[in-house]
Amino acid sequence: MSRNDPPKNDPGADYDGPPDYRVIGRHALFPQTSHDEIERINFLAQMNRHLAANVVPGVKQAYEKRVVPAFEAAEGRPIANRHEARKALLADPAFQTWSAMRRMTMEQRQQAGRWTALRQSEQLAEKARELTEGDDRLKLDPALQQPRYVSAVDHHCMPGSYHTEYFPGDVTNGANYDHAGFVTTSGLLGKYSDGGGHAVARWVKRNLPDFQPRQILEIGGTVGHSSLPLAQAFPEAEMTIVDLGAPVLRYGLGRAKSLGVDNVRFVQASGEDLSIFPDASFDWIQTTMFLHELSTGSLRRIMAETRRLLKPGGIVLHVEQPQYAPEMPLFEQAMRDWDAYYNNEPFWSRMHEMDLDAEMIAAGFARDQLIHGGVTAVVDRDLFPDAADDDKEDYGRKAAWHVIGATV
Amino acid sequence: MSIADALRGAGAKPAGKRPYFLDAEVERVLAITMSIAQELAVSRQRTDTLERLLLEKGVLSQGEIDAFVPDRAAATERALWNQEYIARILRIVQQENEAVGRPDDIASEDVAVEVGAES
Repeated sequence: MSRNDPPKNDPGADYDGPPDYRVIGRHALFPQTSHDEIERINFLAQMNRHLAANVVPGVKQAYEKRVVPAFEAAEGRPIANRHEARKALLADPAFQTWSAMRRMTMEQRQQAGRWTALRQSEQLAEKARELTEGDDRLKLDPALQQPRYVSAVDHHCMPGSYHTEYFPGDVTNGANYDHAGFVTTSGLLGKYSDGGGHAVARWVKRNLPDFQPRQILEIGGTVGHSSLPLAQAFPEAEMTIVDLGAPVLRYGLGRAKSLGVDNVRFVQASGEDLSIFPDASFDWIQTTMFLHELSTGSLRRIMAETRRLLKPGGIVLHVEQPQYAPEMPLFEQAMRDWDAYYNNEPFWSRMHEMDLDAEMIAAGFARDQLIHGGVTAVVDRDLFPDAADDDKEDYGRKAAWHVIGATV
Repeated sequence: MSIADALRGAGAKPAGKRPYFLDAEVERVLAITMSIAQELAVSRQRTDTLERLLLEKGVLSQGEIDAFVPDRAAATERALWNQEYIARILRIVQQENEAVGRPDDIASEDVAVEVGAES
């Protein structure tokens, strides 16, 4: 034992898991959280970590030792695709138990977060009003119709999704989405849940060192988690965040202002129809973990809008979980599909099998100007776990993403 | 918003039919159990917070809780609390076992027919 080895039997020496929730960054619109509300979030983050670290390996073993042999014995051939793999898994007790608990953990997370947000919803709305009233950087469109891909089922079992308002001026669903997302990310997105945005900003600065955007657009930016880091990285630029949901936008502008990020505006609009902006309005158009919440048709219309809105020399970047590819094992594909069928993200499966290069080209981008890359969340490593060092696989929820984009 | 509305809203069902992975009865009981597990963790952490604050303020000293030995009277009270607690949570086991000794037991629904009869 060398002098630098940790003392034996020190339970803290090799701690691997989410940090205590109290390291999270707060701002003026962040809901107040009691001791017990915090501990509910800590428990649920640990539940997700336990399921990923300690239960998923058992599901994988059950797949190899029980599910595959049973399928092959019954059908006389190997499992052919991820849908067959998932349907076969549904009959296995290991997958059933993991699935039931993963679903329940999400339901408990929504209940916990919504309680915290709802019990102070009127105070939060008042703070949002104080922060945003008369500010032309918040443009809402009460006539906007919610598309089917948002209204049919509530994404991640989040009642009311991003758009439902419980009373005029309400920010409840923004506050719930912001403060309790920690349960799913286990701190991997950092202090302000903005590790994805910082990663994208860093990627752009490294790969496009001469790029000096003046107008940046994020589509589906919700409360601005991934957008604010872009605005901060390019303080000369004006950052526009569009989203379908008024509560997240209202909350987003208040949050941005209280964090001292002023070169932003929040606009309620559908990414499918951004006719409020003239052609060639933006140097950079970004989406972050957004495409999987759409539909085939809306994805195509949004990609066409990004092509129309880009200035010459501009870039579009989409950050997403990796696409399904033939070399990805069927077990992994089936596990990644879980969120599509059991966590109300119905487009997840189809989106991840699409040929995104072909979609970009169909939207008017040139094949030789497509961009491909990869990023992991950038976080304060003294306090938060770093996804780049994390060898656990949580099938679709890890803070490590692919980048697909294009220049024009 | 009233507390009752906030509570109802917190537990609201999301749009989208809920998938079941286990027999519905089992999944229902597991869901309740996992919520209780969560609340137990919350209580445990609250006790831990209290202990640490008492340590910091010098009310408790390090190791005092682990070294605690109840005197005879306290030990009896604590043992009785455990017995009472177990009896409460295992009520259904007790009642099902009592039922084995009551083969003549009759359901109230059947008695309702009997006592409601005209003659």
